[in-house]
Amino acid sequence: MSRIIVVTSGKGGVGKTTTSAAFATGLALRGHSTVVIDFDVGLRNLDLIMGCERRVVYDFINVINGEGNLNQALIKDKRVENLYVLPASQTRDKDALTLKGVEQVLAALSERFEFIVCDSPAGIEHGALMAMHFADEAIIVTNPEVSSVRDSDRIIGLLSSKTRRAIQGDTPVREHLLLTRYVPRRVQSGDMLSAQDVQEILAIPLIGIIPESTAVLQASNAGEPITLDSDTDAGQAYLDVVARFLGEDRPIRMFSGKKGLFSRLFGN
Amino acid sequence: MSFFDYFRANKKKSAVVAKERLQIIVAHERGLRHSNFDFLPKLQQELLAVVRKYVQIEDDQIKISVEKDGDCEVLELNIALPEVDDRP
Repeated sequence: MSRIIVVTSGKGGVGKTTTSAAFATGLALRGHSTVVIDFDVGLRNLDLIMGCERRVVYDFINVINGEGNLNQALIKDKRVENLYVLPASQTRDKDALTLKGVEQVLAALSERFEFIVCDSPAGIEHGALMAMHFADEAIIVTNPEVSSVRDSDRIIGLLSSKTRRAIQGDTPVREHLLLTRYVPRRVQSGDMLSAQDVQEILAIPLIGIIPESTAVLQASNAGEPITLDSDTDAGQAYLDVVARFLGEDRPIRMFSGKKGLFSRLFGN
Repeated sequence: MSFFDYFRANKKKSAVVAKERLQIIVAHERGLRHSNFDFLPKLQQELLAVVRKYVQIEDDQIKISVEKDGDCEVLELNIALPEVDDRP
């Protein structure tokens, strides 16, 4: 039985696709067969972040419509064993995702993979609802910023009312809060919401904190999921997230911004 | 408390302001979600239209909320009318 994980947020630009790519790659690095699916029909980008954009021939919608089979659409990662990407369609509109079609594709994938990671589009419309519908677990990607936190709360509401688990009255979708673009220095100076603040407001367990990092942009420039570079702060933080997700107990490390002489002398 | 904090003490840190604002709005929106009153925003718009047939009021002069009081839910409607002198 495979586990279906949706990576979602409500707000755009907070790091869903970066997280989906890093998380799926991290799971595969740990030896788990994993597929990551792009649900952002019309605006696909997971292929770019995973570095397989030139290998897309068939996509998720083709499979749903029976225009190609799953094996034709799945792109095998060249760097990591047991890792596959199912790209979104770039040309169709989001209504091409039907509940029945998504269910069939997920059922076929769950026979082959341990983990199915669903990269949700932004917003709370059809595509986002399709991405979360069959989820067993959810990673809610949130920036320490008011609009992102509010949108995450909306998404948490949808997870507990619109998903299959909610509708059928099964055990609820297991939720994990992932804070991204975190700047410890700004938190210390009181200009950024702390992890504790956000957790207090959203009231779901924290699975990790990803520091704001130049390495993330460099990774996406190169099409290399950030977890392939364990020397970077963000890469390490994502690998920790994967380990915690797999049940390991790892303390949240704080990548403290180094303090200058001035603030060490005069600061708190 | 460092030396410079003395001068900054009166001003609330922006993260504190953010947290307070979020706590209020999130609690409000959750309240709407969890009640059986998800029609409230629409009701508010329609009431506004009706009131405006008779009195000109601004969008923010009508407030609608549901308070939970034990087993009882109270729908509270508040319409602030303009001062008498302002009326045509």
